[in-house]
Amino acid sequence: MHYSAWSLFWQGLKGNTDWKPAWREPQPKGRYDVIIVGGGGHGLAAAYYLSSVYGITNVAVIEKGWIGSGNAGRNTTIIRSNYLLPGNEPFYELSMKLWEGLEQDFNFNAMVSQRGVLNLCHTDGQRDAYARRGNAMLMAGADAVLLDPVGVRRMCPFLDFDNARFPIKGGLWQKRGGTARHDAVVWGYARGADSRGVDIIQNCEVTGFVMENGVCKGVETSRGTIMAGKVGVSVAGSSGRVMAGAGMRLPIESHVLQAFVSEGLKPIIPGVVTYGAGHFYISQSDKGGLVFGGDIDGYNSYAQRGNLPVVEDVCESGMALVPMIGRARLLRMWGGVMDMSMDGSPIIDKTPVDGLYFNGGWCYGGFKATPASGYCFAHLLATDVPHPTATAYRLDRFRTGAVIDEKGAGAQPNLH
Amino acid sequence: MIINHPLLGPRDAQEFTYFGDASLINRPDWQAEDAAELFYEYLHVRDNPAGEHRELWYHEHGDRSWLVVTRNTLTHEISKVEIARDVALTRRHGQ
Amino acid sequence: MTQINRLPCGLVDQTTTLKFSFNGNIFEGHPGDTLASALLANGQRLVGRSFKYHRPRGIFTAGSEEPNALVELRTGASQEPNTRATVTELFDGLEARSQNHRGSLAFDMMAVTDLLSPFLGAGFYYKTFMWPKSFWEKVYEPAIRSAAGLGSLSGEEDPDVYDKGFLHCDLLIIGAGPAGLAAALNAGKAGLRVILADEDFRMGGRLNAETLSVDGMPGTDWAAKAAGELMNMSNVRMMTRTTVYGGYDHGIYGALERVTDHMPSSGGKPRQILWRIYSKHAILAAGATERPIAFANNDRPGIMLAGAVRAYANRWGVTPGQHVTLFTNNDDGWRTASDLQARGINIAAIIDSRSCDAPAQIAGAEIFMGTHVIDTSGRLGIKSIKLSNRRIVATDCLAVSGGWNPNVHLTCHQRGKPEWRDDIAAFVPGAALPNAMHVAGAACGSLTLAGALTEGHRAADLIISLSGKASHSETPPRAEAEAASISAFWHVQSDTGRAWIDLQNDVTVKDIKLAHKEGYRSVEHLKRYTTLGMATDQGKTANVLALAVMAEQTGQSIRETGTTIFRPPYTPVAIGAFAGRARGRDFRPFRLTPSHNWAAVQGATFVEAGAWLRAQMFPRAGESHWRQTVDREVAQTRKSVGICDVTTLGKIDIQGRDAAEFLNRVYANGFAKLAVGKVRYGLMLREDGFVMDDGTTARLAEHHYLMTTTTANAGLVFRHLEFCRQCLWPELDVHLISVTDGWAQFSVAGPNSRRLLQKIVDPTHNISNAAFPYMACGDVTICGGTRARLFRISFSGELAYELAVPARFGAALISVLMAAGDEFEAIAYGTEALGAMRIEKGHPAGNELNGQTTALNLGFGAMLSDKKDCIGNTLSRRPALVAPDALRMMGFKPVDLSQSLASGAHFVASGKAATTENDEGWMTSVTFSPELGHSIGLGFIKRGHERIGEIVIAADPLRGQSIAVEIVSPHFVDPEGVRLRG
Repeated sequence: MHYSAWSLFWQGLKGNTDWKPAWREPQPKGRYDVIIVGGGGHGLAAAYYLSSVYGITNVAVIEKGWIGSGNAGRNTTIIRSNYLLPGNEPFYELSMKLWEGLEQDFNFNAMVSQRGVLNLCHTDGQRDAYARRGNAMLMAGADAVLLDPVGVRRMCPFLDFDNARFPIKGGLWQKRGGTARHDAVVWGYARGADSRGVDIIQNCEVTGFVMENGVCKGVETSRGTIMAGKVGVSVAGSSGRVMAGAGMRLPIESHVLQAFVSEGLKPIIPGVVTYGAGHFYISQSDKGGLVFGGDIDGYNSYAQRGNLPVVEDVCESGMALVPMIGRARLLRMWGGVMDMSMDGSPIIDKTPVDGLYFNGGWCYGGFKATPASGYCFAHLLATDVPHPTATAYRLDRFRTGAVIDEKGAGAQPNLH
Repeated sequence: MIINHPLLGPRDAQEFTYFGDASLINRPDWQAEDAAELFYEYLHVRDNPAGEHRELWYHEHGDRSWLVVTRNTLTHEISKVEIARDVALTRRHGQ
Repeated sequence: MTQINRLPCGLVDQTTTLKFSFNGNIFEGHPGDTLASALLANGQRLVGRSFKYHRPRGIFTAGSEEPNALVELRTGASQEPNTRATVTELFDGLEARSQNHRGSLAFDMMAVTDLLSPFLGAGFYYKTFMWPKSFWEKVYEPAIRSAAGLGSLSGEEDPDVYDKGFLHCDLLIIGAGPAGLAAALNAGKAGLRVILADEDFRMGGRLNAETLSVDGMPGTDWAAKAAGELMNMSNVRMMTRTTVYGGYDHGIYGALERVTDHMPSSGGKPRQILWRIYSKHAILAAGATERPIAFANNDRPGIMLAGAVRAYANRWGVTPGQHVTLFTNNDDGWRTASDLQARGINIAAIIDSRSCDAPAQIAGAEIFMGTHVIDTSGRLGIKSIKLSNRRIVATDCLAVSGGWNPNVHLTCHQRGKPEWRDDIAAFVPGAALPNAMHVAGAACGSLTLAGALTEGHRAADLIISLSGKASHSETPPRAEAEAASISAFWHVQSDTGRAWIDLQNDVTVKDIKLAHKEGYRSVEHLKRYTTLGMATDQGKTANVLALAVMAEQTGQSIRETGTTIFRPPYTPVAIGAFAGRARGRDFRPFRLTPSHNWAAVQGATFVEAGAWLRAQMFPRAGESHWRQTVDREVAQTRKSVGICDVTTLGKIDIQGRDAAEFLNRVYANGFAKLAVGKVRYGLMLREDGFVMDDGTTARLAEHHYLMTTTTANAGLVFRHLEFCRQCLWPELDVHLISVTDGWAQFSVAGPNSRRLLQKIVDPTHNISNAAFPYMACGDVTICGGTRARLFRISFSGELAYELAVPARFGAALISVLMAAGDEFEAIAYGTEALGAMRIEKGHPAGNELNGQTTALNLGFGAMLSDKKDCIGNTLSRRPALVAPDALRMMGFKPVDLSQSLASGAHFVASGKAATTENDEGWMTSVTFSPELGHSIGLGFIKRGHERIGEIVIAADPLRGQSIAVEIVSPHFVDPEGVRLRG
């Protein structure tokens, strides 16, 4: 069923009785050409592009719970392509371009909203680093504007300019950055993939891999064995657990990241603003909630919840940057499991096991990458070679030293 | 969280800085044949268990002890706290 | 206006009158009122508009679960959006305004959305607004955003202050209703350190809202007596107006105390206090929340929860209506009828969905068993109800009871899952409770007063014995068991009307059915697709009802359907409270250098360097541009002598028999053979082979070293060294202590630096070039015996020293140095001149040591020895780190010397486009060189060391600039190092 203003109108007149399920609830088949483990944004996007771009439709997405139940369903919805390093920036710019046509492509309004992302700087060194980054963005075909304090003030007069502990010295603005409705991204990809023949199998846990002579031939699940030509794993925070089933240890730790939303308020914050002197970023949803977050808690965790020190740290930074939010109330806080890699950058690669492919290590930045991650993973699964924008995301880069360390923090995940 | 420091008693985890898997104590021999591979694995590759995890915490805002904390990554329950230096020495003597 | 609904009873002080305003109208109320009770007393039924359809709404509950009655409280910068009238204590002069309407509250122009509701069902926006593509940002989204939100922020800084506090206890009791009070009495008498916290401003919980008796006295009196007894126990801390909003690991709870929210102004006190409570045990006695029954048009003002209706009558002396009707599926609802009737209120009808005998007779009330309410009328307030037997009953207040949901929230904050109980048709806490948490009373599903009292008492018994103490009260307080039978009934089937489930977000039964039809069947999909339970009340009255409707659609049980996850906070908490006093200039503490006050007097400007404030430059009269100041400071230093406070550098004292070996292992370059009285530059790697930090280390004595680190990395390096010492090489005899704050340190640089120092350093110490050459160090005394340390090291490239004294002498030393330098026209210089000179000299600093660079990149590749082990040595040899085209730090100067270089420009070969593929490196640091008279820069470029003299383009599209630059040596000034050895 095609979604449009007309269909909405027509169905409304008919009492909304004829809407169809956005995706089917199929029984798993015995064999697929490709199985994607993990029904998050990345896994569903991979299935969508496999079916829509690479013509591979005999595909199953296998999800332990409900689709979008991981980080796709609990993030701060920011999209941007403001990366520094040549291993990253072209990939994220591909993602941004995919975002820009996504809704018309999969016929679902994911509320991709390009209201801009503003990164603030507070020292000369930080401004130099932003200049380097802004130029890297422009050289990769993205957009970037370096603002002075006057420019920042014009854009965000509500920031603390007069009594700040760390005065605002400028900012790097990406106009095309913004937010997207995270759940809708999941549903849009699911509906688009389903309509092209992909089986989305929820409440089905992968418990192991079918291995024959060192080659991965399928997956064992809570609903039986399912064979496959290729298996792609895209399970974010559960990467370590799932890949252990293939005897693999990864350059990844699972950490908890908390995020926050306030009560609904009349619009007051235009785009996304990030603080450069503390851990804080904020935007306001189309429903009115202030959506904000900060640093990871910093310790390994699969508990999907965090603790108070980070909550307070984030709110302190928030008040230091945007003093008017003091009387807004924090409505809900939640925690997700982040697959923190050793250099803060992701992995989209074959594994040492033939037939088994891995997509993970997205740290806390996976949401914005959803379209390109799916696209590049689909490309890899379909062609066995990395997509040109994802050639740096190799599993062996820590062995070779070709790391992609945007922050320069080294092999310590909780510093990225 | 509260970490029961072996010398100082229960302390809020906020006083500590987290580092990572306690296997980081086991720095390889630089002269080993396969030192490059050993160091690569030592520094980068993790068990990352969902369950009991031995990990290093540093009492940065306290007595500067490094501790080995055994903590469940699913529940955050802490079952054991040791002085990392003692763990490291024991390991040496065990070799 | 008179209080037409006020009754001569309740726990309000009717002898005192408070004035308040709502939408500009002046009303009266009494101490003890909430804004909600006072509005009801004045007959104000319409108080707000719903989120999506702008439906007229009234007060629905009498507690923190309120979905409808949200107001903007106070004015100006103190404006507080989305404040629940039901928990807002009335004070004299209170000002409140309704929210979310265009035009007046009664005539909201946005109510047109209600007429369009057939087209605006759950998730409608996912299906449209996609064409034309550019319209989203320009047309659709602005329109949606203009309708977003409920209340508004003032846009001004929050004028109030917030405090934080920490509390420790044996037992935290959450909720001071019957269970909590019984537990507190028992535990308090046994001598436990008890904290009893309740969100209400009056202890007692539902006892204050009911007419039940405890120990033979009215429940309210018993609660007051119990609270009085507890107040007199020194081991019990009573915290009213305190919401325990979250449960965290290891018995830590977060609580918010509202200190001045019930007063006209905070009067200088903190408005709220955020408490972190460390508890050995906790008893959750948070009670239960009533839920409604869904039927067509069940959202009109005047339709309220039954328990709330009698709470207003019993506690606040207010009747929400004069002709009250009741719709219930349980016995408890009937108490509303009997309580109101006892207060002389006319009960028009009682409608009970159960087909059984009426549990009571209420004089004057028509009773309809096995009957439903199928519709209501009244645009701005209910006028009548229509029953399934086609009867129409006039009413101005319909009390609805669908049963009670235990407040299990805090049992789930650590991912516990509640369990379904058929007998009470509700979720109760699961078996897997957070460690050391116990649940008692209604929160545990014991929905009778007697049950609550007994459970609270027994829970305390258990904790008393676990704590090794003895209970001093054998028996729990007594109450008669009241009827509490329920027969689950969720919603009245209706083909036409909309039946509301989530009142605030306008989620109806139809929306749940639509979500089911479209496949959004998991409870989380349901929530996310319909926005169920995502409003300010977090669905406290709505969620279970919605689950029941979904369960009905899928044919599963509610148990199988499950619940969404309860997350903190229990009720919303002001962001300002989480921030406390860490805001504005106090966001983080300042670290000030010993010469800070002196520099301030000299008119220095300051710059943030981490937590430090450092003097950036010392402008003089007549200098109109910062460059004039910096150029003067550089020139004067290079010509004569300049002084700079370098105290901020990290200083680590290293001692022990194995200190040399330790240093040799943590530095990439060799340290085994450093002589006593000498300093050496040290390059420190991370284990991954990238550069962590650099600095100098002085050997002060045989087993005594002093290491300096960069300002930024002082903490990181110290932590790293302790890790190496304790975890990697515990066998080494070495000890570390940070002495950054212990020593004030000044750089004295320039050709006259020795002559200046010779005036200060006591003559017993020979600091001639021969006796104290470049890289010498040693203990000296200055100014006639003051202990000091002198290091002959240079960051500027000039003949230079760093002189350190115990920090307490630092402020005096700067004056002494400047006085001694008077004859040389010595100047103080700041970080700008420091930076300019180090770029001229080609020393890497923060912009080059950014964690992404290697020793090879910096030109220090030769420092690494493969003859020794050190941190980072092995992995620094990984193929990508030693690739032939690796970046090299080089100097750059513009081909046209009049041009200014810019940091952050990227290098591309001449004639190549500025694209990622052609990117060869970037400019890290630039300065105007007073010595050379033109702009110079440092940067990284591939194979730079082989390309000296090559012209490349420094592309800076960000600032619309592209400059031809020549690759040169990074050492612009005195490359042979003659000056620093002079």
